[in-house]
Amino acid sequence: MGFAFTIAIRFLREGRFQSLLIIVGVAAGVAVVTYVSALIDGLQGNTIRRTLGTQAHIVVKPFEEKSVPSLVARPGELVARDIQPRAQRPRSIDNWRSLATEIAATPGIVAVTPIASGAGLAIRGEASRSVAMIGIELDGYDRIVSLREKIIKGVARVAPGEAMIGQQLAEDLGVSIGERIVLRTGGDAADTFTVSAIFDLGNRDLNRRNVYITLKSAQSLFNIPGGATNIYATVTELFSADQTAALLKQRTGADIESWMESNAQLLSALDAQTISTRLIRGFTTLVAMLGIASVLVVSVVQKRKEIGILRAMGATRAQMTRVFLMQGGIVGLVGSVLGVVLAKLLLWAFSMFVLGSDGKPLFMTELPLDLAVIVTLVATLCGVLAAAAPARSVAKLDPAQAIRI
Amino acid sequence: MSERAELLRMSRVCKSYGVGTPVETEVLHSVDLVIGQGEFVALIGPSGSGKSTLLNIIGLLEPMSSGDYLLEGRSVANLSDTELTRCRGDTLGFVFQFHHLLPAFTALENVMMPALIRAGRFSDADRQYGLSLLDRVGLKAAAGKKPGELSGGMQQRVAIARALARGSPLVLADEPTGNLDTQSADEVFALMRQFNRDEGTTFLIVTHDPRLAQRCDRIIELVDGRVRPPTDVHDTAVSKA
Ligand SMILES: Nc1ncnc2c1ncn2[C@@H]1O[C@H](COP(=O)(O)OP(=O)(O)OP(=O)(O)O)[C@@H](O)[C@H]1O
Ligand SMILES: [Mg+2]
Repeated sequence: MGFAFTIAIRFLREGRFQSLLIIVGVAAGVAVVTYVSALIDGLQGNTIRRTLGTQAHIVVKPFEEKSVPSLVARPGELVARDIQPRAQRPRSIDNWRSLATEIAATPGIVAVTPIASGAGLAIRGEASRSVAMIGIELDGYDRIVSLREKIIKGVARVAPGEAMIGQQLAEDLGVSIGERIVLRTGGDAADTFTVSAIFDLGNRDLNRRNVYITLKSAQSLFNIPGGATNIYATVTELFSADQTAALLKQRTGADIESWMESNAQLLSALDAQTISTRLIRGFTTLVAMLGIASVLVVSVVQKRKEIGILRAMGATRAQMTRVFLMQGGIVGLVGSVLGVVLAKLLLWAFSMFVLGSDGKPLFMTELPLDLAVIVTLVATLCGVLAAAAPARSVAKLDPAQAIRI
Repeated sequence: MSERAELLRMSRVCKSYGVGTPVETEVLHSVDLVIGQGEFVALIGPSGSGKSTLLNIIGLLEPMSSGDYLLEGRSVANLSDTELTRCRGDTLGFVFQFHHLLPAFTALENVMMPALIRAGRFSDADRQYGLSLLDRVGLKAAAGKKPGELSGGMQQRVAIARALARGSPLVLADEPTGNLDTQSADEVFALMRQFNRDEGTTFLIVTHDPRLAQRCDRIIELVDGRVRPPTDVHDTAVSKA
């Protein structure tokens, strides 16, 4: 290896301009691949984090009451029908306690919490807004959507007679901590609540809609004593939530959905993005490899005489082949190290100069160490692979012919 | 010459180019050749007579088409490429006509190159030995220079030092003085003669210069791919005189 390395380095240094060009080429390719990968990973991670910041991974719902048509079409007949689902009152999941216990005992499930929620109005004086009243057990709920982190005013607490509301709703109604609002359901049940905390879920619509109260208050407002309209659960493996949900559905017969189904569109958009990133990566790698290969093909021709001399002095075919494989590897390694540094600069520039409306970076863009290491290894390997064809032509070279020139 | 141990023996060696094509040509016809250890031999002949081809076959750089070739008593006909390469590295040193130093390496590194090929690195001992060889060819001061910074005669002297770096018993030189002025040619020739005398290294030198050929122990003449019957240099010289 010492021989191959020493000769490879000298050959590369001798072909100064040529070597520089190809190393810069590889560096540019590696920078693009690394930058795009890190950016897309950051973007996707951020999108998923935002989406799941306010959602459970797995949600159990009560069975829908299906509206069944009373007329059934006989063969050859058509029935004109117009079926409207009835406006549904919040209903409790049957046996939710035992279901929750069963879900909690399932491998891969981290946390489980019951919810009692339904639509209604939040009223203060003349102002009223339609809201979603969500009855929670704060500790359990916090394990699922980290509500406590999102409190911006007041104390994270829901005691009977207290409600936590979003920033936008507080503005719309003109209420602040310690003041009272009335919550009324569609069934005209109503109660007065003191605002204990104001939160920011990072989404204006949710800040306008969500009102958190205790599970008990919600049960009595919606007239489902001891009931729960949903069970929320989180999983350890985010991207196998659909499988976990399917398994639970099969085992319990309950109506269970994972975040992957409720966000199917988002996921397919992310998939499309991932495929495009892969294409960019693949083509960039291919172009860089072709670049390395073509430079080395030229170099083999230029170095014919030297190869012949070295062969005459006792260098074996395998040794000369390794000289060229080594050159490919060195170009790949040096190019990718430069490329990774360049990508790091680009990402830094992105986080410095591409800012959201709040003046903060749009999302976290880091260059994970493992990505850098993998890129460097793969680039080095690709360099060696790209050198394979030129190196083979070295093995075929006839030293006598090379020396006669 | 019969008292010398035999270094190489060729019998009925033929070489054809373009075998299996319409332009197949035989350039060496049944060459018989014996060279003893420590001999200093000139190989002469008109252009195209097959001198370089013969030298390449002796140097294991090209296979012969038929015949027998024993190098240090060992038949090379059936050796693999790797074995041939090893044999070449151990037994043979080469000096060529033009620019056959590695331009990316200094004079000293060129001389140490056989050691790098063998051991994968330049050791201190290699360095010392390389410097002593350069000293003997009068180029110690040029050790750190690249070939491009040296004159043709100096390059050729470096090449001789390199050919001797592994203590090879046989040095093959293809027109080593071909592109040198008379004085440099004489210097280079004298150097080879000196190594031959001091070290007992065998030399086979292709040359077009009759003046230099006359100063060898023996002249082998190739004409149209055949060896002319041997003549003793000094007899010829006497008969010509
Ligand atoms: N690779 C080859 N393919 C076909 N013919 C070749 C090849 N190499 C050499 N020849 C032919 O073989 C013959 C001998 O060539 P060679 O180079 O051995 O001659 P030479 O005696 O060294 O000549 P010079 O004094 O000009 O160097 C020439 O006719 C040459 O054209
Ligand atoms: Mg010739």
